[in-house]
Amino acid sequence: MSAGALAVEHVGKRFVTPQGTVTAVEDVSFSVKKGEFVSIIGPSGCGKSTLFAIIGGLLDQYEGRVLVDGHTVDGAHHDIGMVFQEESTFPWRTTIENIAFPLEVAGMPKKERLEKAVHFLELVGLTDFAHRYPSELSGGMRQRTAMARTLAFEPKILLMDEPFAALDEQTRLLLGDQVLRIWRELNQTTLLITHNITEAVQLSDRVLVMTYRPGRLKREVPIDLPRPRSSEVVGSVAFGQLVGQIWKDLREEASRGMKATEGGRND
Amino acid sequence: MKAWLHRPALWVLPFLVLGLAAQEAGVRLGFIPQVMIAAPTAILGKMPMLVAEEELLERIGLTFGLTFAAAALAILAGVPVGWALHRFRLLNRAYESWFVGLGAAPLILLYPLFLVMFGRNLFTITLMGFMVAVIPVVLKTREGMDGVRPVLIAVGKSFKLSGLRLFWKVQFPAAVPVIFTGIRLGLIVSLINIVALEFLVNIGGLGRLINDLAERFETAAMYGAIGFVVAISVTFFVLTERIELWLRPK
Ligand SMILES: Nc1ncnc2c1ncn2[C@@H]1O[C@H](COP(=O)(O)OP(=O)(O)OP(=O)(O)O)[C@@H](O)[C@H]1O
Ligand SMILES: [Mg+2]
Repeated sequence: MSAGALAVEHVGKRFVTPQGTVTAVEDVSFSVKKGEFVSIIGPSGCGKSTLFAIIGGLLDQYEGRVLVDGHTVDGAHHDIGMVFQEESTFPWRTTIENIAFPLEVAGMPKKERLEKAVHFLELVGLTDFAHRYPSELSGGMRQRTAMARTLAFEPKILLMDEPFAALDEQTRLLLGDQVLRIWRELNQTTLLITHNITEAVQLSDRVLVMTYRPGRLKREVPIDLPRPRSSEVVGSVAFGQLVGQIWKDLREEASRGMKATEGGRND
Repeated sequence: MKAWLHRPALWVLPFLVLGLAAQEAGVRLGFIPQVMIAAPTAILGKMPMLVAEEELLERIGLTFGLTFAAAALAILAGVPVGWALHRFRLLNRAYESWFVGLGAAPLILLYPLFLVMFGRNLFTITLMGFMVAVIPVVLKTREGMDGVRPVLIAVGKSFKLSGLRLFWKVQFPAAVPVIFTGIRLGLIVSLINIVALEFLVNIGGLGRLINDLAERFETAAMYGAIGFVVAISVTFFVLTERIELWLRPK
């Protein structure tokens, strides 16, 4: 088996808070083949970020196990890179210093790591902003910086948690293209959390739909559309059907979520 | 003209000049008695005397050195303690209110006790300077560490950082602005307390000089010496700003 395969087996997580226990994730199992692009979609608060934190080894005390290439993962793993949902650039580092961060942590000499960082800087199109601080960049640029920083870690498995959530539609589309290009270039196993059904169908080999709390897998939707997903493919009946099917699943869960929050449950 | 616009720090100069001119005029025209407030020109005129007869430079060096030592010790002790309060919530629950209370208390009033215990010497002065400086350093370090955004720590962990390396690469730089607020506060209260103590017990640097001059009714020279206390404070401020920028650009 070649490197970069991920398996999640019966994973669950409960948070104990003063207000009570929240089951964020319950009995989730799936596997991702090397080089596969899988999107995870589910209503807000259903436990997607929690699932990523478990896979990335950032949470302890969860149920089940996570395997990379057949080996159980315990703690952060050098084959797994994460792009976080929130703004996560280091404000005291310039773009290039941010990108070089994982290399610096790994002990690479300064000259070497800056040279390498330049490559990833180009990959996300920020060459002209190498020596700017995050406060001098737009939200989209900061998100690309964070993405390049994770790519510089050269993970075999890339976890991206709504990297485009805070961006406008045009930037989103452009970045989506960029992600696809990088994915093809680096051939990384990629998991993407998104709220956007079209985006999920357009980018993925497979879409996993999650239920509202407790977060379980509701359905796995294989996307058997040809690549590249040109505007013809996106405009096709098959594409529309897939979007419709996922939307139907998601609407049930989203309305369950709305009712639960309106009913005054903590979220 | 342009240089002015780009350096807002200079905008205070007109007011300073105006104030000094008013002071000069007030004294010269007899509105202000000379024993209470001296004219700026008279203060300047006393400088050669201060340097030649009162060892001004040594006094400045001494007060600066004592404050520096007290603050350096406060940083060495305060940052780890602040970190511990952040890291171990139980410690924080146990001791936070004590630190806050001590920070608000006029510890300088304990000086007779300290004189009895440690003697009338520079060590006692430094010790009292340390005591008042360490409290804001502890509290602001804890606050700064508490305020580090969890996602930045998650980023560090995802790159396999942990323990001390996570602290130096992520938590510390993220908390530097708040920690330095504590360090600056510590330096200022330390300087105030050290000068006050020098004044009260008549040993050491500028505080002692101010006391001597006041007792001899050398009003103009005394204001000159007070001016140098302010100068020390400004120097520390600029120094900490530089170090902060070096540790954490932006
Ligand atoms: N550290 C925590 N302590 C307590 N509860 C938590 C914690 N982290 C997450 N939760 C709860 O777990 C549930 C799932 O959270 P999570 O962030 O995984 O959702 P999500 O699917 O990523 O949502 P969104 O789409 O809005 O980002 C939520 O109800 C949240 O309140
Ligand atoms: Mg989330």
